[in-house]
This record gives sequence, structure tokens and C-alpha cells, in this order.
Amino acid sequence: MTRVEYGPKLVHLANQIGKFFAHQPKPEAVANIADHLRKFWDPRMRAQMLEYLEQGGSGLEELPKMAVEQIADEAVKK
Amino acid sequence: MALIEEIDYGTKLVQIGKTVTLTIDGQTACVPEGTSILRAATEIGTQIPKLCATDMVSAFGSCRLCLVEIEGRAGTPASCTTPVAEGMVVHTQSERLARLRRGVMELYISDHPLDCLTCSANGNCELQTMAGAVGLREVRYGMDGANHLQARKDVSNPYFQFDPAKCILCSRCVRACEEVQGTFALTIAGRGFASVVSPGMEEEFLSSECVSCGACVQACPTATLMEKSVLDMGQPEHSVVTTCAYCGVGCAFKAEMRGENVVRMVPFKDGKANHGHSCVKGRFAWGYATHRDRALKPMLREKTSDPWREVSWEEAIAYAATEFKRIQAQYGKGAIGGISSSRCTNEEAYLVQKMVRAAFGNNNTDTCARVCHSPTGYALSSTFGTSAGTQDFDSVELCDVILVVGANPTDAHPVFASRMKKRLREGAKLIVIDPRRIDLVRMPHVEASVHLALQPGTNAAVLDAIAHVIVTEHLSDEAFVRERCEVDSYMRWALFVAEERNSPEAVEKISGVPAGLIRQAARLYATGGNAAIYYGLGVTEHSQGSTTVMALANLAMATGNIGREGVGVNPLRGQNNVQGSCDMGSFPHELPGYRHISNLAVRQSFEADWGVTLDHEPGLRIPNMIDCALEGSFKGIYIQGEDIAQSDPDWQHITAGLSAMECVVVQDLFLNETAKYAHVFLPGSTFLEKDGTFTNAERRIQRVRKVMTPKGGYQDWEVTQLLSQAMGHAMHYNHPSEIMDEIARLTPAFAGVSYEKLDKLGSVQWPCNEAMPEGTPVMHVPGFVRGKGRFFVTEYVPTDERTGLRFPLLLTTGRILTQYNVGTQTRRTSNVDWHSEDLLEVHPNDAEHRGIKDGAWVRLESRSGATTLRTMITERVAPGVVYTTFHHPETMANVVTTDYSDWATDCPEYKVTAVQISPAGGSAGTLNAGRMLEKQLRSEQA
Repeated sequence: MTRVEYGPKLVHLANQIGKFFAHQPKPEAVANIADHLRKFWDPRMRAQMLEYLEQGGSGLEELPKMAVEQIADEAVKK
Repeated sequence: MALIEEIDYGTKLVQIGKTVTLTIDGQTACVPEGTSILRAATEIGTQIPKLCATDMVSAFGSCRLCLVEIEGRAGTPASCTTPVAEGMVVHTQSERLARLRRGVMELYISDHPLDCLTCSANGNCELQTMAGAVGLREVRYGMDGANHLQARKDVSNPYFQFDPAKCILCSRCVRACEEVQGTFALTIAGRGFASVVSPGMEEEFLSSECVSCGACVQACPTATLMEKSVLDMGQPEHSVVTTCAYCGVGCAFKAEMRGENVVRMVPFKDGKANHGHSCVKGRFAWGYATHRDRALKPMLREKTSDPWREVSWEEAIAYAATEFKRIQAQYGKGAIGGISSSRCTNEEAYLVQKMVRAAFGNNNTDTCARVCHSPTGYALSSTFGTSAGTQDFDSVELCDVILVVGANPTDAHPVFASRMKKRLREGAKLIVIDPRRIDLVRMPHVEASVHLALQPGTNAAVLDAIAHVIVTEHLSDEAFVRERCEVDSYMRWALFVAEERNSPEAVEKISGVPAGLIRQAARLYATGGNAAIYYGLGVTEHSQGSTTVMALANLAMATGNIGREGVGVNPLRGQNNVQGSCDMGSFPHELPGYRHISNLAVRQSFEADWGVTLDHEPGLRIPNMIDCALEGSFKGIYIQGEDIAQSDPDWQHITAGLSAMECVVVQDLFLNETAKYAHVFLPGSTFLEKDGTFTNAERRIQRVRKVMTPKGGYQDWEVTQLLSQAMGHAMHYNHPSEIMDEIARLTPAFAGVSYEKLDKLGSVQWPCNEAMPEGTPVMHVPGFVRGKGRFFVTEYVPTDERTGLRFPLLLTTGRILTQYNVGTQTRRTSNVDWHSEDLLEVHPNDAEHRGIKDGAWVRLESRSGATTLRTMITERVAPGVVYTTFHHPETMANVVTTDYSDWATDCPEYKVTAVQISPAGGSAGTLNAGRMLEKQLRSEQA
């Protein structure tokens, strides 16, 4: 699996997480998805997700995309 | 050391009832009302001769040896069937009783071979002992009359023989099969002199319904039913209590030994999980421990294409450590990791994660629970506050309704299933939710009230529909919810499940389950009294595994079926130490005791104890490790007691990942499938070769005790310690008890656990701490561990694995009684006599459409790959569903399964794979033909 192939797999995982929280009000859902990614994803997976997002984030659904953006914002602030 | 002799009290313990005082041979006995005179006498140390009585079954009163005299009563009643009474005066010895007993014994012996000196039971035969006890000196009838001495032996069972010549027709075996095991495979056929113990319809044991649990052998007072290992080796001379290394029931056994050789494994009556019962695996299938396939020398090879080279332990450990250090220097600290095993001890799992965190300097530690019950951990932690089942096994005796979801206890957890069946025979109601008609749906004396045969992948939808009925028909326990749960979360959940799209009628279209049955199940669960949920991998191994466990927790909370005996949410753990390996911090995101690695205070406590700085970020899970190996950032792995090339999904992906690594270290009993991709092989040790503890599905911590020297030289924990030292992190444990002391020091739920306490009490269930010094049988009694129970909205999300024109069938997987997991152990025992290959169950309609006949070879193909196996045409599976087990590597079931996984935990979706089947015209030409050939060659060489 190349880095190019790994991105879509992470997108699939993130979208799955997003679906569990989708019934929640948007800010709560986004926060919970971001929290899940922080708590359970190795930093390199999050980094690759951010990299994938920078390249357009194709296939990433709205809520997980917002969650990844939130993590990206935090990374910038740090 | 000596043999552990357990007292046989003759009849069962009566636990409740007012105390009755009586006199037996001048001694005072105080016992609960309802106790037999035989038991009361035994309890004060008075032995009454007996043969048909044993405390594992109900009294029968047939042998007439346990006769007594009771003042004021006529005759000589059997003490096993006569209950005590206040003020009763009993005499167990008199001239009349002695005469009667000798007469009975004479009759028995007149039709019994007098071959005591060469008999396998010599020295351990109740008939022999009783003959001595009653003073039998002659048999006046002679031995020339009609007898059974030439009766044919049944040696069909690989583990025990039946010699009817030695049978005294006490019916202990028949009653044990009925009452203890609940299989009803044995009966007394014929009448009078022609009476004989018969398996099934006068069949041989092997071909009968007998499940070889061993209860009959254990119950037999003579050599009629005898272990073949005793026939071969003789009677054992010492025994050691230890814990079975198969499923999550955690049966306690006496390993009965001659020197360092196991003669037999006998279930321990004082075992709190099994109460003296066993199954065919734990009781008999331990021969793998000394199997010729054991790999007992450390081995090395620089490339996996090279042949293995036997080396010293020092060289193997040094090579592994050097390679791991090189990889870290070249690719980064996070480029290596480790996997522990749920088959190993708590102490070994603890050391693996400690080595990864402290010596490797990262959190890339995971365990095989990833692929089975990781959703249980996530979901029960989220809802209740702790990652474990809520009850002890004894709790089942107080159930009124038992809901079995995605589990097949009679095959996978047979000893607990026997307890469950007993409760069902007593009148408890059963609901089964499973795509397949498992045995519990209808078997002798057990029938489910409702069977929801849902489409694989629709668990969450069906459970939401059950919740819909409970909420819309106002069957919730609102007082419980108000007092014990987060009311806001309940309201949100109740509104969600009440929506029309979650009604049974709507869900019928998704799941294929008639709405009426869903309503029936919901009403029964909510209103039938104490309702308990037991679930297995049919719940967790889905893309919505965590969601489904949450849905089960929601049901329990909404109906108040949690926090007392007889209720609860109970994961049936697949392997012996799934619970323990999770407790020990094996997951990459949490330290022992389920505390997140980002928790500064917790991390600091470990840092202070271990003298290192710990990474605060979660590490890689097993699937992530494989992905990152292919992506290029993960290059080395230490795998203890796990065979990911056979057990993890999407074989091509797993093996490609392993092939991409530069140093794979496998520590195992055998050169398993994963070892084909390894550079270093380290011999593992069996449960018989090590000290430690296992924690079963009811959180019960039990001792594992070494009964033989490790055949490879080291216990598994010692190997991890050597590797850690070579990696630069010192470990100096002298005994696993010291590791447990460290666990207790650093883990609040284990604070009160020590080997000393385990030796004293036999076992404890965590939490075991200052508040609960002897452990906690039932959790969440005063309140949930997290405070208030939390409901979660469990929206049904269809799996991405869909059927279509190309792959129109759904494959689901499971286990069979005689085999265990990927078969590494059980395939190397005579259990293959029952199950020598994995079969594909196909519904007759699906078979007919494809021109497939019963027993024919078929090609099973999915998007991931294809394999070939033989069919069993059966209505156990619904049309559109096929089913197989995964015990044999040549079947390669994981070639077919996809890498879709649970959204929260990455637990693979083994239970739903879209497939097509087609006639294969024989096994040749299949993808796995090479493996079949390899197996055959190995077999021929052996």
C-alpha cells in the first residue's frame, strides 16, 4: 500500500466514525469525531489525514472533514 | 506433592433453608433443611458406603449400599434419598446394615471381572474401595452364572473407552450427561439383566450425540468409562490445580501427573467458573503440548526465503534486539511494535506492553482481542464506565429470560452453556438473535421462545427495533433510568428509537425478521423478570460492532436489567485470557486498567515506577501496523502467541504487510502461518509450562501453575524479559508473582490482587481493592462505574460490504465445539476425529440453484480472494447465507474475508462477507491446493 492508497483507506475509517456521531448537533459531532481521532489514531495516521486534506480531501464527508480541519487548526496553533 | 483428593459428599449441596440438627453415630450434625443424611454424615467425617451416589448429580437410591437405620423409623432407608429431620437419630453401622451391604456387594462382584491388579482403576476404584469397606470376603454365588464379562468394549472415542464388563449400572454416567452436561446422549438400554449403558440409539460413543465432555468418565465409579491416557500410563501420583487455556470460561482443572507427564486433566470441583465440569477441549485436548510439531529451538534467517538456522537463545535475542534498534535508528522510534496474545497469561501480556512502551519507546502495542472483543471494551466503557462483563457465571441461575445474541455457547463456551441449559430446563425463557439456527434454538429439553434469524450485518437495526417496542409500549423501567442513568441521554435515545424507521415493521424489510417476532422478543425481554444478555463475536465482529454492544447496554439500562444478580450484559470471551490481556494495557491507547495514555497523572505513575518517559500519544493497532508496513513507516514486529497470517482478515493484505517488514519476530509453540514471514523464531511455552494468571469472561483471575519444565527452555514472560533487557530496558523479575505485585501497585482495580490471595481464595473477580478485598462478582450494583449510565444513539448503518450480482450470498463465520480458534492447538489432538476440515454450510435452495451437492467441493469467492472447501447442505442457515468455521489453515477463510472493520476499534468484520459459490469439481486447481498438498506431505512424513 503506497501513501497514495493509504489516504482513501483513512478516509473510509474517518467517514465511518463520522456516521456514528452524525445524529448529534454539528459542533458536538465534530468535536466528538476529532476527539476520537486524537484518542485512538496514531499521530502518523492523523498526519497523513491532514496531508490528504491538504491535497483536497477527496471523499471525506462533511463532519469528519470538519473534525480533521479542527485538528489541523490545533496543529497550526501549537 | 500428592494427589488432590476432593471429598465426594454423595449428594448436592443445599444452600438455603433453616438449619436442622440431628445425631449420626452419636455425633451432632447441623445442616440446611433438605440435605441428605448421606451428605450430613460426610460433612462430619462419617463415611457411609455408597456407589450410585455422587455429589455432582441428584440422588438416585439404586445401589442400596448407603442404607442406614433411623431410630423410630422402620426399615433401612437409603441415606442418599432420605433428607435430614430435626432431632433425627441415625446409625450408619450395625450388624444388620453390614449384612445387607455385604449382600449387595456380593451381587455386584458376582458379575464383575476380578482383575483388580491389572485394572486401569486399580487404586482409584470405588467398587474396590466399597468391597473393602463392607468387608467382602467371599462371593457365595461363584462366577459361573450368567454374566457380562465378555461384553464388547467400545473404544471408538479417541479419549476414553467404555468397558461394559465393568459396569455396575449405577447410572451415574447417564445422570451426569443429563444433569451436568445437558446433552442427554446416554441412556440405559434394555431391561433387567440385559440393561446396558447406551450412547444414543445403541450407537458407538464416537458416532453418537455424545460431546465428550468427560462428565460420564468423571462420574464412573469403576473402570467402565476410563481415560485412555490412564490405560496407557497408569494412575497419576500427584496433581496441581491450574486453569484451562482454551475459551473464556476459564475452567479450573487438576492436572493429574506422573512426574512431568500429564496423565489426565480432571475438572476441579472448587473451580468457581466451572464447578467441576469440563468440555472436550479442556478435558482431553491437551496433547498439543507434547506434539512432535512443537518448535523447541530458537531460529534465525536474514531473509524469509532462506532456510531456518537453529541458534542459541542468546544469538536469537541479540539478533532481534539489534535489528529492532537498527530499524528504529533508520526509520524512527515508531517503526516497531509488538502484539501480545490472549492465550498467554496476564503477566506475559503486561510485560509485552511494558516492553513496547518502555523499551521500544512507543505505544505500538496491541493484542489479538483487537480482532474479537475490542468493541466490547469501547462500548461498555462508554455506557457503563468499565470494559468488562457485568456478572459472574453463577448469575445465570437467577435469570428468567436469557437473550443470546451472536453467540453459540454450546460450541464455543460449552461449560457455561451447560449451566445455561440447566436454567432453561428449569423454566427460564430463551431469545436467540442469530442468522443461523444454533443448537440452542432447539435441542433436547431446550427450545427458544423466539429466534430472530436476521440477515448478517443487521444486528443494530434489530436491537433498535426491540428498543422501539420497549419505548413505544412503555415497557422501560423509568424509575431505574431516573435514578441510575443520565436522563438526557435516555431522552435522546428514546426519541431516536421511537422513530418509525426503527419500528419492527420497518426493520423487517432490512433484517428479514418478521415484525411480530421482534415485538415478541422485546416484550419478553422487558417484562419476563430477570433478563440477561449473553453475546459473542456475532455482535462485535461487524462494522457496527461497538454500536451494537452499545445497543445491548441501552436495552439493559432501559429495562433496569443491570446491577443485580440474574441480569446484566455479558460478553462471552473467545479465548482464555481476552479479558486479562485487555485489562493489562495491551491496547495502544491505554495503560493497564483501561486508563488513557494521555492521562498525565496515570502516565506519571507508570513513569515513576518504570523509570522511563512514556509517549503520550496512542500507538498503532494491528491493522494500522499492517497498513503502515505497506505504506513504509512500520518495519519490525514482535508477535507473542498469535498467528495473524491465519486469524486476521484479508490474508493477502496481512501477508503483504508482514513481507514488507524487515524484522518479524514470532514467539509461538509451533511454526505457524505467520512464522513463514518471520526472521526470528522464539519457542513459546504452553500453559502447562508456566506460572501466571488468566482472567476469564466474568473478570475472574485464576492461577496458572507450572506442571512441567518449559520444553523450549523459558516461560514466555522470561523471553520478553530477555528481549527487553537486550533492547536496553532492564527487567529483573524472578517469578510472575512479582509482575502481579507491580500490576497491583499500578492498577487500582487490581490493587488487592496477589498470588497469596489467589492461593488462599482460589480466585478473585476484579475490581479487587480495599473496598472489595475479595473481589466483585456483580458490577454496577450501587451505581455505574462511570457514575450514571449513559445511553447512546445507535443508528443502523449498513455495512459497505454489499451483496450484488457478482457476490449474491453473505458469508458468516464461527466455531465448532471440538476445535478452537485457528486450530493451532486442537488440530494437533484427536479432536480432528470429529472435525478434520472446515465445511461450508449452504441452504438447500442456494445449493440447488448452483447444482451443488452435499459434500461437494466448491469455490468460495469474495472481492478479497477465493478458496475452496467442501459443502454441508443444511437448513441451519437461511437462504442467501453461507457459513464456515476457520479452524484449518488450508481452508484459508481469511483469504475471503475483507478488511472492513468496526468504526470505533478496527475490529474486523468477519461476520459479513459478500461471496459467490460455484462447483469446484474437486480440490485440485484451487488457490489452496498447494497447502492441502503440503499438509498431506507433512502427514505422510510423520
